[in-house]
Amino acid sequence: MLAATHYADWSVFLVASVIVLAGAIGVVVSRHPVHSALFLIQTLFGVAVLFVSQQAHFLAAAQVIVYAGAIVVLFLFVIMLLGVDRSDDVRFEPLKGQRPTAILLGILGLAEAAGLLHSGSWATGSTSVAGPLNGTGGSNVELLGRSLFSTYLLAFEVTSALLVIAVVGAVVLVRKPAAGETDDAEETGAQSKVSRS
Amino acid sequence: MTVPGTWYLTVAAVLFTIGAVGLLIRRNVLVMFMCVELMLNAVNLTFVTFSGMLNDIGGQAIVFFVMVVAAAEVVIGLGIIVAIFRRRTDATADDLHMLKG
Repeated sequence: MLAATHYADWSVFLVASVIVLAGAIGVVVSRHPVHSALFLIQTLFGVAVLFVSQQAHFLAAAQVIVYAGAIVVLFLFVIMLLGVDRSDDVRFEPLKGQRPTAILLGILGLAEAAGLLHSGSWATGSTSVAGPLNGTGGSNVELLGRSLFSTYLLAFEVTSALLVIAVVGAVVLVRKPAAGETDDAEETGAQSKVSRS
Repeated sequence: MTVPGTWYLTVAAVLFTIGAVGLLIRRNVLVMFMCVELMLNAVNLTFVTFSGMLNDIGGQAIVFFVMVVAAAEVVIGLGIIVAIFRRRTDATADDLHMLKG
């Protein structure tokens, strides 16, 4: 019985990891932005599975609802709305040697992270202020809710202000100027066009 | 947790690296944005793993806040992209070096 759960855990982990990494590579190498968005959904679902396998049930649900549900739909909306759903030439390279340098830097960073992981000395001397993950009983959702609404109450309230500011900012950014109202940016754009011609 | 936390951390490190390399090599601003989301998810996975390894709910609480901030960031970023596309038909990162319309 123990061996069976052991194999189940490992197979869930391996399958989810393959899904996550394949989706991530798909996001980067897809020529079409819509395909990138769909591969992003694949990666986000895989990360949600990894959350479930680590007993973070609330975060897995929030991951699917917020990320795969809202954020990727927002991406797709913008892609479709702007009509940028055409593929770009990924082989065209305006900056010489940018791609090899980027890949080299990525490999260096990964090696650094692996080295840190291998040395494995975490500085964790302080006691937790948030409470233990398990031990006091109660589900993951209950524990996380207690922590959010007691220890992190101020931060939780500030996030509500952040979301309101983000909504107002988005409305202001994409607002069309009303008739009769002068749009400064448009005027300067017209002027620069005139001066160019 | 039968699978050791180190394995999850390795997957998160690889995911972060793929996101960072994608951010550097792609020129389409929308795809660059998606690569930022990949990096955020890698960090979230690291937080959840440490939360399990250290038996501390704080790691999961901060992932919650990262998700909120990421949602706000996507809203503002896509608003900026829509505003850019209203002026010009193409938006690769190379064309946006003037910081003006």
